[in-house]
Order: sequence, then C-alpha cells, then structure tokens
Amino acid sequence: HRSRERLADRVDRLVLGKKTIDADVMDDLEEILITSDLGVQATQLLLERVSDRVKRKELQDPARLREALREEIARILSVDAPPFDPAAAKPFVIMVIGVNGVGKTTTIGKLARRIKTSGLSPLLVAGDTFRAAAIEQLERWGERIDVPVIRQKSGADPSAVAFDALDAAQARKADVVIVDTAGRMHTKVNLMEELKKVHRVIQKKMPTAPHEILLVLDATTGQNAISQARLFREAMNITGLILTKLDGTAKGGVIVPICHELKLPVRFIGIGEGMDDLRPFDPREFAEALL
Amino acid sequence: MFDNLSSKFQKVFRHLKGHGKLTEQNIQEALREVRLALLEADVHYKVAKDFVKTIAQRAVGQEVMGSLTPGQQVIKIVNEALTDLMGGTAAPLELTGKSPQVIVLVGLQGSGKTTTAAKLARHLSKNKRRPCLVPADVYRPAAIDQLTTLAGQLNLPVFPSSVDQKPEDIVRGAVGFAREHQCDTLIVDTAGRLHVDQELMDELRRIKAILEPQEVLLVADAMTGQDAVRVASSFHEALHITGVVLTKLDGDARGGAALSIRAVTGCPIKFVGVGEKLDALEVFHPDRMSSRILGMGDVLTIIEKA
Ligand SMILES: Nc1nc2c(ncn2[C@@H]2O[C@H](COP(=O)(O)OP(=O)(O)OP(=O)(O)O)[C@@H](O)[C@H]2O)c(=O)[nH]1
Ligand SMILES: Nc1nc2c(ncn2[C@@H]2O[C@H](COP(=O)(O)OP(=O)(O)OP(=O)(O)O)[C@@H](O)[C@H]2O)c(=O)[nH]1
Ligand SMILES: [Mg+2]
Ligand SMILES: [Mg+2]
Repeated sequence: HRSRERLADRVDRLVLGKKTIDADVMDDLEEILITSDLGVQATQLLLERVSDRVKRKELQDPARLREALREEIARILSVDAPPFDPAAAKPFVIMVIGVNGVGKTTTIGKLARRIKTSGLSPLLVAGDTFRAAAIEQLERWGERIDVPVIRQKSGADPSAVAFDALDAAQARKADVVIVDTAGRMHTKVNLMEELKKVHRVIQKKMPTAPHEILLVLDATTGQNAISQARLFREAMNITGLILTKLDGTAKGGVIVPICHELKLPVRFIGIGEGMDDLRPFDPREFAEALL
Repeated sequence: MFDNLSSKFQKVFRHLKGHGKLTEQNIQEALREVRLALLEADVHYKVAKDFVKTIAQRAVGQEVMGSLTPGQQVIKIVNEALTDLMGGTAAPLELTGKSPQVIVLVGLQGSGKTTTAAKLARHLSKNKRRPCLVPADVYRPAAIDQLTTLAGQLNLPVFPSSVDQKPEDIVRGAVGFAREHQCDTLIVDTAGRLHVDQELMDELRRIKAILEPQEVLLVADAMTGQDAVRVASSFHEALHITGVVLTKLDGDARGGAALSIRAVTGCPIKFVGVGEKLDALEVFHPDRMSSRILGMGDVLTIIEKA
C-alpha cells in the first residue's frame, strides 16, 4: 500500500509544515478527501466539523487536524449493527448482490473459504444463470476451495435455482448457503424485480432467511456507488456491504457518505483475486489508509 | 424534471438579467457551481480545476447572446468546451495495414473487456469484416469459457486457447489461426489487471510486441471515480493505448471518468457500452457525454427553452 503511505506523508507535510490551520491547509485537505472519492458533500461535512473545532480552538495544533479527521471518518464508518455470525442459524443463508463486475462471484469464493476455515460447511448456489459462463466461474471456485456448488442450466430461473438449493442444503446438512446473483444495474426495474423474487422465494422456504444480504461495491467506483446503495436498499433489506478491489490505488472513500446516509455496516474488504484476499473491515484502519 | 445545475444557475444569475457582458465577477459563482457539478460527476479534482480555469478565460468578455440569460450563456460555453475536450466528433477504429489487423482490449478487473470483445466482434462482422475472438485471459476462472460462449452466440470463430497456455503463446497461435480461417481481424481479450501490477503489465507489453496491434483499447467502467486518471495514465504509459471504450453507461453514472481519461491520455473514447447484451455497443458522442456529465439531459434543449 505504497500510495497510501505517500498520501499520509502528504498530509503530514501539509499540517506539520504550517503553524496554524489556514485556508491553504483546508484546500489541500479538500483535495485529498475528494480524490479519495468521498464526494463533495461528505468532504464539506467533514471539513466543517473540524473547522468548527478549529474555531473553538480545540484544534489549534495543525498536526492534530489529521487525527481529528480520521476520528470523524472512523466514527461514521463504525455503524452499529449485529455482528456477522454465520453460526446464528442453520442453514445460514447469505445473498450476494450488486452491479455488474464488482466482484460478487469472487467474493463468494473467498467468503466460503473463510467460513469453511472457521469449521462450518458452506454450499454455493449458482444463481447467476444469465451471464456467459457465470455458472462455470462459480464451479471453478468451488473446486478451488473444495466446496459444493448447486447449479442448474444456463438460462434457468434464478429463483427456482435458489428454491431447489435450499432443499439441497437441508439434505446435505450444509451450515451456510451463499447465493450468487447476476450483476445488474440498480436502475433496471425488471432486473431488480427479478432479484426481489429470488429474495421472496428464499423467504418463503425459510421465513428467517436470508440472514444476510450483502451488497458488493467496487472501491474503484466513484459517486455512483451512493445511487447503487440507495436503490439496492430500496429493493431489499441489505444487512451489510463488502468493498472489493482495495488492493489497487483507489481508496473507496465513497463508503463514507454511504455509511453516513444509510447506516449500513461494511462487513468485509476484498484485497486481491486470491482465495485468502478477504478481510474483516476495520473502520479505524480504513480511515488511516484514507489519510 | 428540472435539473440541478441549471436551476442553481438560475439562482446565481437571477440578479444579473440585463447585463451585456460576462465579467470575471459575475461568472465566478457560476463556475464554482460548474466545478462542484464536475466533482459530483467524478471528474478528477485537478481536471475539474483546470477545466474551470479554461472556461473562465473563454467566458470573460463574451457578449450575452440576445436570447440567453447569462446563466444559459455560461452553460453553453461550458458545454462547448467539454465537448471539445472530449474530442469534438466521434473517432472510428483505425484498422489498416496487413491482415489480420489486431485489436487488444486491456483494463482493470471487471471493467467489461470480455463482453466488449464480443460486442466489437459483432459490430465488425456487421460491417463486412471477418473477426476472430482470442481468449488470452488464463487467470480468471472460466474466462475462456465466457468468451467462447459469447462467440458461439454470435456464430463467430474463436481461437481454442486453454488455461495451461501462456498468453504470449495464445496470441502467437491466434495469428496463424486467423489466416487458416480467413479472418481479417483479431480481437484479443486479456485478463483484468491492476495498473500497478508490474508483472502483468509487462505481460501486456510482450503481447503488444508480438502482435503489433492497430488498436489497443482501454476498457473502462463509466462508474469509475477519481482513480480513473491514475489507471488511464498508467495503462497509457505502459502501452500507448489508441482509444477507450467506456462501459456500463446504461446505469445512472454521470461518467465524469470520460473527461478525466480523455484529459490525461489525449486518446479518443471510441465506443460506449450501454448494456450486457451484445448489441449494446454505441459509437461515442462527445456532445451527449458532455450533457450527461453536467447532469442536464440535453443541454441544447435547455438552452433553447430560454
Ligand atoms: N484486484 C482485485 N480484483 C478483484 C477483487 N475481487 C474481484 N476481483 C476481480 O474482479 C473481476 C470481476 O469479479 P467477479 O467476481 O466476476 O464479479 P461479479 O460481480 O461476480 O461480476 P458479474 O457476475 O459479471 O456481475 C474478476 O477478474 C475478479 O478476479 C479484489 O478484491 N481485488
Ligand atoms: N450493464 C452493463 N453491464 C456490462 C456492460 N459491459 C459489460 N457488462 C457486464 O459487466 C460484467 C463484467 O464484464 P466482463 O466482460 O466479464 O468484464 P472483464 O473486464 O472481462 O472482467 P475480468 O476479465 O474479470 O477482468 C459482466 O456482468 C458484464 O455483463 C455494459 O455496457 N453495461
Ligand atoms: Mg458474478
Ligand atoms: Mg474478462
């Protein structure tokens, strides 16, 4: 994470080099926050919060400005929510949703690997019956981590796949069922209806399920992630977020306005394409990497 | 629906009706709004800053056209400058030279390369070319299956690569395959990679050296945020890309990445992806993109409504 250290250095130079917090410092902080994808509003909100404290003389030492900003960001990201606990039900059903190409299928592979390592037995459900070779992709992941995959033919009704998979889960005594879904634009009404139907069918089969609905967001995405989170949340009760592709140079700062507005916890972060590249989310660490 | 920026502009300029010329002072507040609109559209911070500076220079001293308010006049100038910056008119593929001509698609993970490869093949075959698809992604699970399935849907030839081959060997083999199958164009799908992954960027350099492609297209997601400049400039430095395909414009992303990428690479955006289906590929229109980035449907109709 070389680029992140460099960014932190920049902030240090910025605040250490100046005796008081003046407009230049604020401008530079604005640049850092905006270029980390926090967006105009969240950036203004954060800068207002710290500048209030500057005016109240709580933050006369510029070196403490950065720490104050980190604290504000970590506070926003520390959303109060029940923990992610796949042992809480049997089978524990997880639905993974999101727009095209954000990393849903890969994340499912990584998550199943984590769950398996923790001693539970996962089962994967190939609910993306639309995209070319999406089923095969999930099957390759199943082979890689040695976890069974329930599939039907390409083009099958995804809610039927989910319905049958829950039977299979019971028969095989699986502890955790993870349902992959096709990527879809949050603005496409018919595709969102299809997703809701998958949800309804799962719920009908098992009234407490799905126990987790995880929305996958790509750290490379800018302000559009806010619209994604809003519209997927309108469609169903998301329980958490997963932020992928944090191994690149994108900061994923857009989760700050998202967590602020929607109060959704970030469950995990993706930091690569390998099976062990999924980590629990740590608000403090994230804020530090941001600035 | 009345859009954001133009209603803000109305507010800014309400007290300015009747002024004959745009002055430094009276456009300052308007340009602040433009800058914020660009940032909200994910245009890179520096690109937005430079752009607004250029606009200020262009606008100061201009007469406000009789039918327009000062706000509309500024929108008009902004829109024209944005359109110019994104290349003015659409740029076609440049496929000339000895056969087979080669298009290589590169980009970050999940940006839409494989889908775009198939879309381009369809587009070219509709234009009387004989394209052959070449799956050179041996890393992503089932990437070869994905392109092979899409080629099957289009009924177009696909090079039979396998995951135990090296991408370099795949593309070498594909040239001979194209000749055997009387194909005049190779469309090479490569694995998604991070611009900071030196090993994989070197692999692309080698593929490029082997194929000497006519087009190296960066496939970029229209939803990309501020990182777009770094991604695009890294790919451009490593490979001298010849153009860009901007995907997933069928959502509600404002697509400021288009401006950022264009500004840092100077390369034209040649196509846009507007859906998952293989016919969802369109030629890029700078003027439409400009309206979209500004978040104002069609700027011209707004101006004409004056
Ligand atoms: N560098 C990096 N790449 C990732 C990460 N997560 C996923 N990817 C890659 O992103 C690309 C898309 O991932 P998928 O899992 O296919 O995404 P998806 O959301 O299932 O895509 P669709 O089903 O087509 O909507 C693949 O090349 C993955 O290897 C990550 O954390 N880091
Ligand atoms: N809505 C929409 N989806 C698209 C578009 N282009 C591609 N996609 C989808 O985006 C996802 C990723 O597309 P791929 O073609 O697999 O992307 P890729 O760049 O080859 O991915 P990797 O090989 O994993 O790096 C798939 O679900 C595609 O269907 C587009 O223009 N609009
Ligand atoms: Mg998938
Ligand atoms: Mg691909």
